Amino acid sequence: MTETPVRDRPARERTGRSVGRPIDRVDGPAKTTGTARFSAEYPYPDIAYAALVHATITRGRITGIGAEEALAVPGVLAVITHTNAPPMKPPPPVSVLNLSSLASGSKVNYLNTDEVHWSGQPVAVVVAETQEAAAQAAGLVRVTYQESPATVDFAGEQGNATPQKSNPLQQGEGHKGDAEAALAAAPVSVDLRYTTPPHHHNAMEPHATTAAWDGDRLTVHDGTQNIGWLRTALAQRFGVPAEGVRVIAPFVGGAFGGKTMVWAGTVLTVLAARVTGRAVRMTLTREGVYRTVGGRTPSAQRVALGAGADGRLTALIHTSVTQVGRVGGSPEQVTSQSRHLYDAAAILVQQRIVELDMLSNTVMRAPGESIGTFALEAAVDELACELGMDPIELRMRNEPERNPIDGKRFSHRMLREAYALGAERFGWADRTAPPGSMRDGRWLVGMGVASAYHPSWEMAANVTVRMSADGTVLVRCGFHEMGMGGATAQGQIAADALGVPFEAVRVEYGDSDLPTGPGAGGSAQTASVAASLTKACEKLRRSLLALARRSAGSPLRGARPGEVEARDGGLHRAGHPGSGESYAAILTRAGRPFAEAAVGSDTRAGTVAGQVRFMSKFLMDRRRWMKAACGAQFCEVRVDQDTGEVRVSRWVGAFDVGRVINAKTAASQLRGGIVMGIGMALSEETLVDPRNGRIMNPSLAEYHVPVHADIPPIDVCYLDEPDPTMPLGLVGIGEVGITGAAAAVANAVHHATGRRVRDLPITLDKLL
Amino acid sequence: MRPFAYVSATDVAGAVRAISAEPGARFLGGGTNLVDLMREDIERPGTVIDITRLPLDGVEELPGGGVRIGALVRNSHLAAHPLIRARYPVLSQAILTGASAQLRNMATVGGNLMQRTRCVYFYDGAADCGRREPGAGCDAIGGFTRNHAILGASDRCIATHPSDMCVALAALDAEIEIESVRGTRRVPLTAFHRLPGDTPHLETVLAADELITAVELPASALAATSRYRKVRDRASYAFALVSVAAALETGEGVVTGVRLALGGVAARPWRAHEAERALLGAPATEESFLRAAEAELAPAVARSQNGFKIELARRTIVATLRQVLTEGGAA
Repeated sequence: MTETPVRDRPARERTGRSVGRPIDRVDGPAKTTGTARFSAEYPYPDIAYAALVHATITRGRITGIGAEEALAVPGVLAVITHTNAPPMKPPPPVSVLNLSSLASGSKVNYLNTDEVHWSGQPVAVVVAETQEAAAQAAGLVRVTYQESPATVDFAGEQGNATPQKSNPLQQGEGHKGDAEAALAAAPVSVDLRYTTPPHHHNAMEPHATTAAWDGDRLTVHDGTQNIGWLRTALAQRFGVPAEGVRVIAPFVGGAFGGKTMVWAGTVLTVLAARVTGRAVRMTLTREGVYRTVGGRTPSAQRVALGAGADGRLTALIHTSVTQVGRVGGSPEQVTSQSRHLYDAAAILVQQRIVELDMLSNTVMRAPGESIGTFALEAAVDELACELGMDPIELRMRNEPERNPIDGKRFSHRMLREAYALGAERFGWADRTAPPGSMRDGRWLVGMGVASAYHPSWEMAANVTVRMSADGTVLVRCGFHEMGMGGATAQGQIAADALGVPFEAVRVEYGDSDLPTGPGAGGSAQTASVAASLTKACEKLRRSLLALARRSAGSPLRGARPGEVEARDGGLHRAGHPGSGESYAAILTRAGRPFAEAAVGSDTRAGTVAGQVRFMSKFLMDRRRWMKAACGAQFCEVRVDQDTGEVRVSRWVGAFDVGRVINAKTAASQLRGGIVMGIGMALSEETLVDPRNGRIMNPSLAEYHVPVHADIPPIDVCYLDEPDPTMPLGLVGIGEVGITGAAAAVANAVHHATGRRVRDLPITLDKLL
Repeated sequence: MRPFAYVSATDVAGAVRAISAEPGARFLGGGTNLVDLMREDIERPGTVIDITRLPLDGVEELPGGGVRIGALVRNSHLAAHPLIRARYPVLSQAILTGASAQLRNMATVGGNLMQRTRCVYFYDGAADCGRREPGAGCDAIGGFTRNHAILGASDRCIATHPSDMCVALAALDAEIEIESVRGTRRVPLTAFHRLPGDTPHLETVLAADELITAVELPASALAATSRYRKVRDRASYAFALVSVAAALETGEGVVTGVRLALGGVAARPWRAHEAERALLGAPATEESFLRAAEAELAPAVARSQNGFKIELARRTIVATLRQVLTEGGAA
């Protein structure tokens, strides 16, 4: 893959000197030199290693476990099974007052039950002096079962789907007018079925945990996306106070949603440490990740669109069926974007789910919208063909002024501008419309386009900011660094909020001893931390000014907050250069080593108050505004006319993501999303055997993520217009990049070949 | 992985003596497949005999124009060798489409011949597999068969051989030199791998105590005009759905010489004798190519998901022959 230069927009009104710049990530040197420590790399004296034994039946009960052979392997310390494991508390029921209750990957109380709920469920954990002995012994544990009938065939179960319920975080069914009637009456219409297969995250770092108990105090190194949830969940499962549980995860080697929930490997490492009295480490094998960590649900979708001859949509119907495990899972909001993207006169969105005897599904990059935009945006392209209209023109004719279903205002929406920018950079005007009309030697060339869409979210975040007498700043917040560049972005925000150079700011993150941060999910982390961080910086400036204005020797004596601005490493009277002083001078004169300000509290009462505050702001915001990131994905493919091989040859993604904090890491995030979208379009598929629900390709050799040779140069650009309702005007960018990507590929393939592939991935057999 | 004994051999005689003393042992070359299979608990050798120090890493020109390739020549070295690139471009090209640069740097010629299938049921210890466990059934049948064989399969096994290199070797009439305490013998590449029949666990004709020492390529004027085409699910690092090794010679518009082999379609690299027969003496045209492909694929049997391979093989044969005809051999 070639790196393309990030679009360096002319500096518009920026808050200061750091925000917006393409600053190198601060964690880069540690990662490239190998000094960054991941969860499996923390040394403990006398550490032991654990390995899982997975069930080989789909559903039933364990009738016997033969551990003798395993125990005979030199170095084996314990074979822990349901027959000898200490009791753990079962995962708690889900409650909106305790969001960490959402953290359990499944409802199964591992090794506290003889029940097997899916093929691959852990039924034993082996602990040994070495990784090798643990792995070898795990293969020697003999388990016998009594099997029960199981339901595992997603395609076969769709007739038994039930409506997905709404909850405060997710809407269920929605409608405006009578969409079916409008569809039947429409002069032009399409009514189409799409499917997407299961996917897995395949983070480079497999799930790994290092756990050590000291009495009832527990230290856990675990590559989690939600330190707060993990801490609460482990305290609850093991019946110890949360204050005694410390979670340390400064570096997470990729996650994409797969490390949001607490999965078996984490719980069983902690259990193994409890049982053996040793520090225990468990690094899941790649297969172990597939067998114990959920992936993205498959989907079956219907999109039906009706329009007048002018292209104005009269009907939009989008329905979906997805799967959850009988033992848990996150219902996927597949039709989310279809509530917001088009100004159709009548709309119906509906989501249904089937429950299967399989591991819970879980969130994976843009859960819902990634696969939902595929169906919707491919269908819009088909309608454009039916109408004989340019697909961008069709979208522009249906661009809503207000949220189509309920008339809410968009906080900010520049999809038109994104299309204009992208079309120009891509050279859309050079496209000849008839399918199969563009060629390059043996290659059929096609160009496709699709909209990207992802709602923006904001969660609670506790932050402290400290200014030291040497002029350096310390930001502390237990957020997560999975490669997005979070610490760099927050450093930039703090630098500008306090008027100090970026280099003066240090950011601590990834530790439950820090003020509790938001989970890394929903593209919400940067905005969530930024909201609290800017407030904390404001408080800190005020308290520093309070110190200065009371002091006889200060040029700021008597100054009121409104008259003062933060710049040049200190506070200055606005509009009067030189009439102020540095933070260092203020603190030194006051005899203080530092000043500190905090937002949010981690006391028990503070936590409850924080959650109530978050929920009420969240619900209030939801009533008033529709907030989202959006964009236009442009794709060029080449299809071999003999073999049907598809190669993506060019890409332009033009995005409206509000204000961009770091031009470099932001572009990387968007680009990474597009790469994942290309994988979804062309090659990624978890093979689940419909006979027993067993995943058959749990490896990077057989689950085809894109390789470098599959990825062309990706031109990412964005509008950099702040959203007035979001902190600093920023809108999350972690997920919007994958949305629309698969549809853009599918539409380009149609343009190249005249073939519509409505079942992902678009493998060459579907084009022969 | 289970514990195993490790011994290192320094000469061929010592290596074959060591394995004859313990026929359950395995020779270790690059380890790119064997070590994976040991980690997966599919290969369980009690002893691993490291042969990487044996003096079998040369590529030599033979009198008469053929080439002898030592069994320990690394794949990357062989692909880059000037003799191979000039005289057998199909071989160089085939190797370079396989695996990754890192794997090719390690993998040996002998090891490549001994690669085992990538059938996902072979790899899953919870599945029935007669290739892994003698006498067991085949869970691939009725399961995911998209990557499986269309030629030469049986009701006991429908796996394919994963090698690219071997497809080129099959087209080039390569011979394998095999050593044991009983002496030296030679086997044509096309007779080296077995079709599954009722004994899918018997994958090659190599006896448990034998060592591959070399591969010999006969001189062939035809081979200089040859190409390899691999069709797969992503641009790199994927096994072939279908691949074609082709060498072609024409005179006055008529096929005067042809070698054709297919990969991804059978449990062994598939020399396309029927197609060759149909082509020899026929006009070098698209129609002839198609007829030849159809002759070869006439006995093909589709399973639930791999019927497309028959059409894909047909198209890829035609496209590859067309390319050799119009563009010549691979550069």
